[in-house]
Amino acid sequence: MGDELHFKSAGELSDLLSSGSVSSVEIVKAFINRVEAVDNSVKAFNSYDAEDALAQAKVSDERRVKGETLGELDGIPVGLKDNLAVKDQPLTCSSKILESFISPYDGTCIQKLKAKGAVLWGRLNMDEFAMGSSTENSGTHTTSNPWDLERIPGGSSGGSAAAVAACEAPVALGSDTGGSIRQPASHCGVVGLKPTYGRVSRFGLAAFASSLDQIGPIARNIDDAALLLNAISGYDSHDSTSIDIAVPNFRKAAADVSDRKWTIGLPKEYFEESSDPAAIMPVFDAIEFYKSQGFEFKNISLPRTEYAVASYYIIATAEASSNLARYDGIRYTSRAEDFDGKDSIDVYRQSRALGFGEEVKRRVILGTYVLSSGYYDAYYLKAQKCRTLIRSDFENAFESVDAIMTPTSPTPATLKGVHAEDPLAMYLSDIYTISANLAGIPGLSLPCGYVEGLPVGLQILGKPFKEEEIFRVGRIFEKAHAFKDEYPEL
Amino acid sequence: MSEERSIDIEKVADLARIALTNDEKSKLSGQLNSILEYINKLNELDTDDVEPMAHPHSVFNVWREDKAETGLPIQEALKNAPKQRQNMIVVPKVVE
Repeated sequence: MGDELHFKSAGELSDLLSSGSVSSVEIVKAFINRVEAVDNSVKAFNSYDAEDALAQAKVSDERRVKGETLGELDGIPVGLKDNLAVKDQPLTCSSKILESFISPYDGTCIQKLKAKGAVLWGRLNMDEFAMGSSTENSGTHTTSNPWDLERIPGGSSGGSAAAVAACEAPVALGSDTGGSIRQPASHCGVVGLKPTYGRVSRFGLAAFASSLDQIGPIARNIDDAALLLNAISGYDSHDSTSIDIAVPNFRKAAADVSDRKWTIGLPKEYFEESSDPAAIMPVFDAIEFYKSQGFEFKNISLPRTEYAVASYYIIATAEASSNLARYDGIRYTSRAEDFDGKDSIDVYRQSRALGFGEEVKRRVILGTYVLSSGYYDAYYLKAQKCRTLIRSDFENAFESVDAIMTPTSPTPATLKGVHAEDPLAMYLSDIYTISANLAGIPGLSLPCGYVEGLPVGLQILGKPFKEEEIFRVGRIFEKAHAFKDEYPEL
Repeated sequence: MSEERSIDIEKVADLARIALTNDEKSKLSGQLNSILEYINKLNELDTDDVEPMAHPHSVFNVWREDKAETGLPIQEALKNAPKQRQNMIVVPKVVE
């Protein structure tokens, strides 16, 4: 592997900037060149504005010369999933209905990144409105897995994970509603963290399912993920569901090597019912490694696991049907022109018919159905009660363990097209990740090996607001293995 | 939840304000019915005395100071409108 700047982590780039051996403009140029060289095949980006990125880098370099640098992220490019609002930049959610939308404001995490001098770098592809697990539901194009271009990168933050894996950005932000950071991170061999619900403000994140959505970091190592999480965390008066709780220094906490006796839970529902143990063999190897490091493992049960997918697809689609009602062809979305001047209801119907892709239509209609008169109690209320039980399973488990380990995904990345005609099969592939969203707890996916050349992720679930603990646990594995220094050949 | 419940695709698509082609209707109703069949699994779970959970944390009414804040300037707020005139969004006629 060469010594080029684009192969370096955000932490390494930050050190190079501090020592004065490289400028932010040089770093940004390296990433522009990298994208121009490989994104024809990876297709992680919906768009990028090279001139704007260079201008941001130039300002960062000028600050540094004057001794006014804004910290570790100053001058470091951060890729953005295309559902985060950046003032005067496109925000498409990979949907035709928002193809010409320009955001009039900055979301909170974007304001925070700007305040820390980060270079906002590109708009990354995703499943339309974050609905999907493969990035094949994008209304723009399909992204490829950098480890095998015939395969999916996972989703919905597939562009973010593929861009980081392909070294087109050192770090990126994604969003996770049912696994949309962790599963693509697992498929692309990078680190992805879904923070505790409420840790990061959702203001300026295009809403999919508001009680489940969280923004989080995707990176090539835990140190970078911790750095980015610190930049975006904290209470925000613009998001009434963000929680006013102290934000630790995650980077420092993740690097803590002091002795601690860890007890890890292995939920039998995640392992016994796994259809193909060979597909997740590196997860078993990782558990053996942790045992060799003195970790204690306990078999636990999360008995309501089998109801998580059903509960999730009621709650997520119900909230989506409500959130996506705003895309109506009237105020800020494409309008079906042929119907202009006709009944306003026809404008809604036709604009949404033209603007939404198949999966979005499917979920909005399912969500409308489960909320419709006469069915609310049977579906939405029932699912919310099941959600209480799923959370209490985790609360019980965390009384006797510090963290829980599972595979992130039942299989490595599949070939493109596998789930095209069978949405239920795609929904079921989220089985290991969605419970964390329902319970609101943090989850990390960490590269732990390969099956037939494809990356496999170990998922570490933690107690609410204990992201630093799962970083620490993950770091012990990361330090003893070389996965963070391995790159796909492109 | 009755076992034979099936989705009335015309009615629900109308509620969702999405025009569907006939092909979409038949494809979607088949898929949605199999998803609903799967979702009916939740009936196995006794939830009689369980409180519903709307949100992961116990956050109740969140108030802010009742102070005026500057909003987006009109032109910024309107810049994505598909049709506008005199600082207003042009819409189809809704009253006779």
